[in-house]
Amino acid sequence: MVEHGDIRVVHCGGSKINFRDPVITHDSRFLLCASGEAVKVFSTSTEECIHELRGHTGLVTGVLLRPSNHLQVYSSSLDGTLRLWDFTDGILIKTCVIGYPIYSFYASAKHENVIFIVASMPSDKRAERFQLVAVHLPQSGDQMVEAQELSAVLSGVNPNPAAIAFGRGGEFIASVNDLQLEVYFFKKQKSFRFFLKEDNKKGGWNTFTCVACHPKDDCIATGHEDGKIRLWRNFNHNKEYTYSTLHWHHSAVSSLCFTPEGTNLLSGGVESVLIQWRYNQESERDFLPRLGGAITHITVSPDGSLFCTSHSDNKITIIQSCVKVSAVIQGLVKGDSIRTDLMMDPRSKALVLNGKPGHLQFYSLQRDKLLYNLDIVQQEYIHESGLQQFEVVKAAFDASGSWLATVEERHQKVAELELNLKLWAFDEQTQSFVLNTTISAPHDAQITAMCFCQATDSQTTLLVSTSKDGHFKAWQLAAPAHTEDEGPSWLCDFVSAYHGLVPECCSFSADGSLLAVAFQEVVTVWSPSTWELLTTLSQPPGAVSDLCFGRLSCSKYLLGTTASNLLCWNLLTCSLEWTTSMDVRRLVADPLSENMAAFCYQSGSTDLFVFKPSEPRPLFSHKAVCSGKVTQAVFAPREEMLESCKESRQWLNRSQLYFLTQQMDLMTFTTKAEEDRLLASSKQLVIDDSVAMTPFYLLLGKHRQQQLEHQDSDSSLWAERTALPQTSASMKELLQTPAHVLPSTSYLCSMFVQSLLISVSDAREEKAHAEEEMESEKEEEDSEEEMESSRSKPELAAAAATESDTPALTKAQARELRRVRKLDHSWLAGLLDS
Amino acid sequence: MASFKPTKIQVYPKLGEKVTQDTLYWKNYKAPVQIKEFGAVTSIDFSPVTPHNFAVTAFTRIHIYGPFSQEPVKSFTRFKDTAYCGRFRSDGQLLVAGCEDSVVRLFDVSGKVALRLFKGHTKAVHLTDFTSDRYQILTGSDDYTCRLWDIPNATELTTYTEHADYIRCGVTSKLNRDLFITGSYDHTVKLFDARVEKSVITMDHGQPVESVLLYPSEGLLVSAGGRHVKVWDLLKGGQPLVSLKNHHKTVTSLALSSNGQRLLSASLDRHVKVYNTTNYKVVHNFDYAASILSLGLAPDDASIVVGMTNSILSIKHRKNQEDSKEVAGQQRRRPSYRVFVKGKNYVPKQDDYLVSKPVKEHLAKYDKQLQRFNVSKALDTALGTYIRFRKPEITVAVIKELDRRGTLKNALAGRDERGLSQLLNFIIGNLVDARFTPVLVTAAEMILDIYQSVIGQSPVVDRQLLRLQDLVKREIEFQKDLLEVLGMLDTMFASSLPRKEVPCSGIGRSNGLTQGEPSTSKPQLQVT
Repeated sequence: MVEHGDIRVVHCGGSKINFRDPVITHDSRFLLCASGEAVKVFSTSTEECIHELRGHTGLVTGVLLRPSNHLQVYSSSLDGTLRLWDFTDGILIKTCVIGYPIYSFYASAKHENVIFIVASMPSDKRAERFQLVAVHLPQSGDQMVEAQELSAVLSGVNPNPAAIAFGRGGEFIASVNDLQLEVYFFKKQKSFRFFLKEDNKKGGWNTFTCVACHPKDDCIATGHEDGKIRLWRNFNHNKEYTYSTLHWHHSAVSSLCFTPEGTNLLSGGVESVLIQWRYNQESERDFLPRLGGAITHITVSPDGSLFCTSHSDNKITIIQSCVKVSAVIQGLVKGDSIRTDLMMDPRSKALVLNGKPGHLQFYSLQRDKLLYNLDIVQQEYIHESGLQQFEVVKAAFDASGSWLATVEERHQKVAELELNLKLWAFDEQTQSFVLNTTISAPHDAQITAMCFCQATDSQTTLLVSTSKDGHFKAWQLAAPAHTEDEGPSWLCDFVSAYHGLVPECCSFSADGSLLAVAFQEVVTVWSPSTWELLTTLSQPPGAVSDLCFGRLSCSKYLLGTTASNLLCWNLLTCSLEWTTSMDVRRLVADPLSENMAAFCYQSGSTDLFVFKPSEPRPLFSHKAVCSGKVTQAVFAPREEMLESCKESRQWLNRSQLYFLTQQMDLMTFTTKAEEDRLLASSKQLVIDDSVAMTPFYLLLGKHRQQQLEHQDSDSSLWAERTALPQTSASMKELLQTPAHVLPSTSYLCSMFVQSLLISVSDAREEKAHAEEEMESEKEEEDSEEEMESSRSKPELAAAAATESDTPALTKAQARELRRVRKLDHSWLAGLLDS
Repeated sequence: MASFKPTKIQVYPKLGEKVTQDTLYWKNYKAPVQIKEFGAVTSIDFSPVTPHNFAVTAFTRIHIYGPFSQEPVKSFTRFKDTAYCGRFRSDGQLLVAGCEDSVVRLFDVSGKVALRLFKGHTKAVHLTDFTSDRYQILTGSDDYTCRLWDIPNATELTTYTEHADYIRCGVTSKLNRDLFITGSYDHTVKLFDARVEKSVITMDHGQPVESVLLYPSEGLLVSAGGRHVKVWDLLKGGQPLVSLKNHHKTVTSLALSSNGQRLLSASLDRHVKVYNTTNYKVVHNFDYAASILSLGLAPDDASIVVGMTNSILSIKHRKNQEDSKEVAGQQRRRPSYRVFVKGKNYVPKQDDYLVSKPVKEHLAKYDKQLQRFNVSKALDTALGTYIRFRKPEITVAVIKELDRRGTLKNALAGRDERGLSQLLNFIIGNLVDARFTPVLVTAAEMILDIYQSVIGQSPVVDRQLLRLQDLVKREIEFQKDLLEVLGMLDTMFASSLPRKEVPCSGIGRSNGLTQGEPSTSKPQLQVT
């Protein structure tokens, strides 16, 4: 087995943006939120991600504006550091090492240079004990400082950031945990504790879930498990405290927030309704229903003009204070489980998978952006835990992307299974899928697999579904029986079973001439044109769990996986070609090449093998891609081909392999070269979003940009000439071209050395140099002719691939470039300056 | 923020007859006017001139009816015996009729006494018609002859004795005065040319011919006899074109709809069938109370007249479409409407900036209740009289939606006797409907669970519960029977299918599963 160091498994897009509450800046233009190991800065008006603040090595657990400087922001992470950033430019200002993983942190304007963090203290022997610790930030100009002064404020706090809040601008801090509310007054250095009974009479749970303090008044609002909100007053006495109760939510209140002036209280929970309570007039309230997933966090901008709510479906909604949604920032929705397979939409090249409940999401991998959600179930979603809802369990696209088939099911404990097969036609006008046919109860039991005939030239589209009821059915698009205004709809064309066995999976050959259906241990091969059983293949023991036809030159092979084996049949001889013993969990075929990828589960982690069915040796293998099982993967065609010629990397040239791990992380494989290119391109692309795009700006800005560019270009001209002049084109070519097609070393040596020399802008020398080059050019031409015959195919292929946009140039161009570079450009600079 | 998604009302496939343009067209007739005649109605003929009166020959009388009168406008009673085949001349002035006593009588439509008597046939005359030049009469008789008569002199011109059995039907060409066609019980249809004094074309129908009909173009001929209706191409020398066998008793009469697009055939099996004349498929079907002997279609299909053996004449008039249009027109003229549409038909100019008005979503009443989580009220709304009887699918959809929300029990509970009996009535009425069964069974079970403690307190509810029990019992019996039939059919199909050996690979030897053939069945699902 060969390991390839230059192919890496990387996380790909779709990081969580709803992990912690987002922060809106003072000018309400930016929204910052923790997203994985970075902090993302979004524009509140355009919903675009402006930049990412990268630097943490652990999960970012909180983002806070610096109270003393509203252009700076603190972030905390599980890696035990606090970092201070300038979010407008995305610059790291300071790193403060705490040493303990930080779960959440708080700051207040009253406590300058003090940050309160929630950390789990290793000194405590018991399993999980969190403490609120005040950290005095050292005042030094260094980039990296270590915090020394730590002092515990409260112990036994809840690590949930919603469970602690500052009151009255930092006079006291309120913390809730379980059934206890603790209020600590900084001035008096005294804390009061209030307890609730575990269970009140009506059977509600009194457990605290969140807390918020009124900014002006002595009032603490707490949310509870049973949906009640309590407003605590007079809490600077242990006995004489009072509270009033507000009740609207039917299940736990997950977030509470006062507006900066304290006039309104916002609350949200699993119902996905944002409620705005008037402070002191609690009977009056505004609702904003149907925001999406359950509300997890609510924040208000410092000026109170914007609210924003994060939702469990990885979404941030920005709401104007008049309770109107103004923008939605949507990330890749990751539910608890992805029931549908990963798919590529052949039209938009978007990744398609389960999204919000009852929806399919179309996610653009290139732009790392959710394109749209397609409502499959088309029913009002009831936000209530424990309710059995319709779920999209299967989906399939046909080859051209004009049809989408989805299966939704709802499984109740007592009643029968409800199944719907829906077929969606792509509407060119609206550029989205429109429901064409609904087939209720297409099968008696769950559908195990579904696939479209992938042949692009076939006249009629064919869909095959297999079910646990032992049948597989073929569905076909049929013209309407009567000449009425309704269009064509789908009808059942064929029903079949095989000895009462349960079909597990099905697959069409690439040209659509064969259909393979696996009935447990037996693979049956059918002809879809006549519905004739052509042959059966079987290789006991073990039920076949996945089937896949080979493509292009390997179309004569049929691959199947069982719990212990990977099998390859030759369909011409109807015999087993080869078999290897491995526990393949997922087998995917690259639609653009013969390659197949097999994800094998072995002792707690998953290995990847990429192979061609015709060759027994794998092209590529990667041990321990991730821990846990991989059950979903897909090959996504690249927009532009890579030109890598190394054998082990060639499989990544035309398409990219994406997969979902057990933890619902979307991963992919990249090569080193690709990463470099991406990095380079991202650097070029710095968007100045701080200025609004008015027509005036466009007019002036363009002009200014040009000026800037001029200055840049002439200064860079000089810089380039003093630096290494020819690092790019010829050097790269020299290094990248395979050794066996290069000219002789002795010839290259002089060229190489020459390229390293710093050219001097002396006219005389240049002349001599030019003469020299003339000679060398002649030589080069001669040698080129000699080389012509020895040049082999791969070089040509590589050359063809390079044409796209890489800096590699043809020899003639390189020569031209060299000559140009040697010319004196100082006159140009003078011209520009004048 | 997404808007409220209304309850999805399942659209169920319409079983039975599909609604087509033809169905709509032929159903657009008023309830029939039934007139009792003196005997079996053997012939109906429409006058070619307006107001398109029609002559009805029944027993010894010929009645002439106006287009809308239920009383005869005129009647000819001077027949000694049963009259046959009263026909109008093309100018609508004269009427000819045969009789059982072999005399052919010619009447003036306005007069009462026969103008001319044509004597010469020896047996009953069943066929009479005018030639297209209006001066001659064609007759066909049970004495196997057909004759041409001159009207002015009342003399016989020619006698054709080619048929070997009764001549019961015939038709003259409307375009050529010398051509006529007769159909006979000797199974043949013959085309005669008066100029050559013998038949030109002979077509073998295969059964005694009861009726013949010429297309307006006169290129095609339709003959009816026995259970068959056959179409012949005269321009190809009488080549058979189509043979239709859609009736299960003798076809007695034929008619062509006024635009020539549809062909109607009436039969003793009490049906009138409408065929499309391009593909000769049956597009519509009328049922009548008794065996039909004669059929007439007014110009423009304004009315369908059918005569039956039980001496009933049934007249269906076409519904007047202008009536409904006029009502709509009146509404449009109302001033409030003009105010309503004010500005609606304003076409924006090219550089106008359009400000779209937020569309107010219309929700059904039950959806409004559902939106507010008023589950009981939502169910009450869905159980309203109109919805419950006319659109049970809506009620079922609401019940299903409540079940999905997990609140069906709450919605069903807490009902008084009236409410419960209403609910039970609905369930009893729709439980065995295959489309609603899965949903209503759940609801019925819940009702039993909820109200089991109060059973026995109300006689009304108890009676309904017993009815429900009976219904379920009967349904279970039906299902059992059906399964038995299905099993029988399966064995029959299995034995009739040819056994075919499936080639299997050598690898599967150790496995016994690969032998044998799969059970295949043809599609049975019909999905919309």
